[in-house]
Amino acid sequence: MSKRVVIVGGGVGGTIIANLLAKKMRPELKKGDVAIDVISDKAEHFYQPGLLYMLFGLKHYEELVRNEKDLLDPMVELHLHPAVKIDKDKNEVHLQNGVVIKYDILVLATGSRPAPETIPGLKEGGHWFYELDACLKLRHELMNFKGGKIVLTIGLPHKCPVAPLEVSYMLDEWFRQRGLRDKVDYTYTYPIGRLHGLESVAHFAAKTFPKHGINTETLFNMKEVDVNKKTITSLEGVTLKYDLMITIPPHKGAQVIEDSGLGQNGFVPTDRFTLKMEGSTNIYVVGDTTNLPISKAGSTAHFESDVIVENIASELRDGLTPFRYDGKVFCFIETGLTKATYIMFDYNNPPNPVAPSALIHWFKLTYNKVYWLTPMGIL
Amino acid sequence: MTEEELRQIKPTVTVDARGTYCPGPLMELIKEMRQQPVGSTIELISGDAGSAKDVPEWLGKVKQEFLGVIPEDNFWRIFSKKIKDM
Repeated sequence: MSKRVVIVGGGVGGTIIANLLAKKMRPELKKGDVAIDVISDKAEHFYQPGLLYMLFGLKHYEELVRNEKDLLDPMVELHLHPAVKIDKDKNEVHLQNGVVIKYDILVLATGSRPAPETIPGLKEGGHWFYELDACLKLRHELMNFKGGKIVLTIGLPHKCPVAPLEVSYMLDEWFRQRGLRDKVDYTYTYPIGRLHGLESVAHFAAKTFPKHGINTETLFNMKEVDVNKKTITSLEGVTLKYDLMITIPPHKGAQVIEDSGLGQNGFVPTDRFTLKMEGSTNIYVVGDTTNLPISKAGSTAHFESDVIVENIASELRDGLTPFRYDGKVFCFIETGLTKATYIMFDYNNPPNPVAPSALIHWFKLTYNKVYWLTPMGIL
Repeated sequence: MTEEELRQIKPTVTVDARGTYCPGPLMELIKEMRQQPVGSTIELISGDAGSAKDVPEWLGKVKQEFLGVIPEDNFWRIFSKKIKDM
């Protein structure tokens, strides 16, 4: 009897898994023994890390988007209707158009999104670059900014944990190029008592921020924004005045996860090694959708996908799931407009940023162009 | 609380942040403290010795309750309670 693997979500994790699985299980797909479905609410696949560059006019929308259909293996069926309910007891996914898809194995790849509405006043008073429209709006604000106080604030949880550092270094250089740096008072805030969650990255920031004239305020968790007074107050009782507030809003997972009772705030309790949903034998969770205390980043989803694909193929062929995720994450860190460093770490080995170089920056720019090979399962 | 009392606690949620370098134990606690309802008890398991100091310090700043810490072999079980909205 044919087995059906259903993937909810057409982001980087969902698309890699569909394509790698289609390659690996080509004989079974051709015989009709296995079917692979992707359910997505968007026809377009957007390369989110490109927004950091779009903010400075270094990337344009057309460079950052492809049709999801064009990225998927032709043997994968794409359903462009939002999933509205997942019934894990009946092994069913219900789509908004009324179609019900039965699955043998389910992959939850529903991702996360900025939720500025969870902090009073943040949506009205803050600007962010993690979404297309907001990024373009912030770009206009920056272009018109003639000087004053910029405050960067960070909510929890959030994806791409190095982006707050990157945007700070890039803004410093960008304002210098425009001859405005001496008119900009820039403050980087962070939720804990150092400048980044990763200790080595925090040390790197502490060493380099003074050279970039970046002020800091640690142990700062957003409580509320007073839009009229242009102030933001933290849970810890500190109030900062801003002329322009750039924020990394707290994130939420997908509504369908919450509505289906699969996880609080849309994040699914997940085994850190098997990547199966806790208490489930046939549901895998990938990328931002997990509740794992690890980086919500494209590379996390990428490395997790490799493990999930091996286990699904092994399970369908032999009934075994021997592969384990080791917590691997890789992130480039732009340290300005011309240099970058990178970090790589896993559950057992902490990262250590190398000295920034133009070469690593070019590597990142190259990856931005060839990213499409990643969801296609080639790179 | 005594260690014996701490061991009796049945937490509302347990966050195992061992072996996870980013975002790190305190950030995980902050996230949970914001998400859970008032009255929740949170157990944070950390492999970072600094957490046993950082966590109570932050809880004091935001006026939430620190219940105590149990040192185990190479990790720390840190208990806190959400006593007001945040």
